[in-house]
Amino acid sequence: MEKMATRQAYGKALVEFGAKYSNLVVMDADLSKSTMTAEFGKAYPERFFNMGIAEQNMYAVAAGLAISGKTVCASTFAMFATGRAFEIIRNSIGYTKANVKICATHAGITVGEDGASHQTFEDIALMRTIPGMTVINPSDGVSAKILLERAIELDGPVYMRLGRAAVPVFYKEDAELEIGKGSCIRDGKDVTVIATGIMVGKALEAASVLAEKGVDARVVDMHTIKPLDKEMIVKAARETRGIVTAEEHSVIGGLGSAVAEAVVSSCPVKMAFIGQRDVFGESGKPDELLAKYAMDVSDIVRAAEGLL
Amino acid sequence: MEHKVLEDVARNIRISVVKEIHAAGSGHPGGSLSAADIVAALYFDEMNIDPGNPKMEGRDRFVLSKGHAGPVQYAALAERGFFPKKDLESLRKIGSKLQGHPDLRKVPGVEMSTGSLGQGFGAAVGMAMANKLDGNTGRVYVVLGDGELQEGIVWEAAMSAAHYKLDNLVAIVDWNGLQIDGPNDEVMAVKPVDKKFAAFGWNVTVIAGHNFEQIRGAFAAARNCKGKPTAIVAKTCKGKGVSFMENNAAWHGKAPNDEEAKQALLELGGEW
Repeated sequence: MEKMATRQAYGKALVEFGAKYSNLVVMDADLSKSTMTAEFGKAYPERFFNMGIAEQNMYAVAAGLAISGKTVCASTFAMFATGRAFEIIRNSIGYTKANVKICATHAGITVGEDGASHQTFEDIALMRTIPGMTVINPSDGVSAKILLERAIELDGPVYMRLGRAAVPVFYKEDAELEIGKGSCIRDGKDVTVIATGIMVGKALEAASVLAEKGVDARVVDMHTIKPLDKEMIVKAARETRGIVTAEEHSVIGGLGSAVAEAVVSSCPVKMAFIGQRDVFGESGKPDELLAKYAMDVSDIVRAAEGLL
Repeated sequence: MEHKVLEDVARNIRISVVKEIHAAGSGHPGGSLSAADIVAALYFDEMNIDPGNPKMEGRDRFVLSKGHAGPVQYAALAERGFFPKKDLESLRKIGSKLQGHPDLRKVPGVEMSTGSLGQGFGAAVGMAMANKLDGNTGRVYVVLGDGELQEGIVWEAAMSAAHYKLDNLVAIVDWNGLQIDGPNDEVMAVKPVDKKFAAFGWNVTVIAGHNFEQIRGAFAAARNCKGKPTAIVAKTCKGKGVSFMENNAAWHGKAPNDEEAKQALLELGGEW
């Protein structure tokens, strides 16, 4: 299976969208070679702004550009975008409903060797508490491109979470993906795995393992965490015996919490939560870290079996 | 325009500031009054704006980065005809467009929602960059407090404005020397403000911030400065125009009671 990092798809798509959307402006904070915005910078130097290592100002300036009519994609690592610049994003982008797409890369533990200071597990939780903020976490390279275009076409603030590590591509280029609509990529009647971002690929693998064990697992790619597709979640709660959520994010405040909020208020069902368990990460290879911190295929399988 | 006209406008703005904050029962009179002359000169002389068409293409933009001085911006907007002066009474009241700190989504003529210090400056940099990108000749004016200069983002923004040669951007520092907890020099020294901006690559002028000749002269000089943003460090008096508020940090964020408001209006020549 072809592999591609969602950040790589993002960088490539930006170059394409630069031609299509003349209003598009891209910003970066001295990480353009890592976030992949450098390609856009080469293609459209007049519409690319490197703001230096100053994330707070980058997002304030992004707000000013957007309020003046630009569509802005402003990138850095997820840690520094949502952590360091949180209050600027909240007040200057969220409160003003500025048309800024916070396209943050290197999210989660698969940053790998850089270690705990760069591994963010809090970003989804932080971003989804901001009123009016759309939160998107694409699962593969193809969906990253499709959802990026949807985000560009949406007038308002968007947080898009992108990863460093190459992950399998399973969507076809003509996939019909909409912001706010989950994507049921494998049907099943026994248990549902609702996953987001790079954990969707792991969930699909887990479903194959479960099938060998005679368990029919449904897999939902919840690429949009806000607004959340409650309908699809409640349907899963009604039709299967339990829900496992899987995210490369803290089990506190992210996808799992959002799904639980939806489930308890309409159709309570047993749940299990795969994610970072309220601890900091460490250096290591992405796969080693996913295994050590219980976000691997086997962890999803075990969690699903525990619900049956 | 005669300086006298601007003096009258500034006096009316100060009267409105006192009335607004008194009616609200809370707010920030000191820093609103210190910026009144600068704001009057911008809205009534310097800026190309149209109260009948607040979103006019090619307009100049004003950002009040020291958003707690919202009452002075509201007073200027009302004085200029962006909305009725009567609306000023609704400051800080539930359902009002006049929030405790300016909200661009609610008030015609407000270009940026501010209140959290330093961010308006960054947004103003973005607006100036957008104008450059579009070949739009509109200029951007941003007013900062002196205490606000303690925010790190201010210097990130200053660096970026010089880097991108934003000669369409003018930052005015309302240098009244006082912040909530006391004098800048005691809380966290910000001096030398002029040298700091110069070191960051800005064209810098220091002026007397209640002298219209100097205020207008600085704006005119800023227009002629090419390739650099301009910082106007305006020496002002906190609470200017109301004797008991002048140079008193206690009036940073306190509303006058009936008696104090009456006295303030008497001094300003306004009606109670």
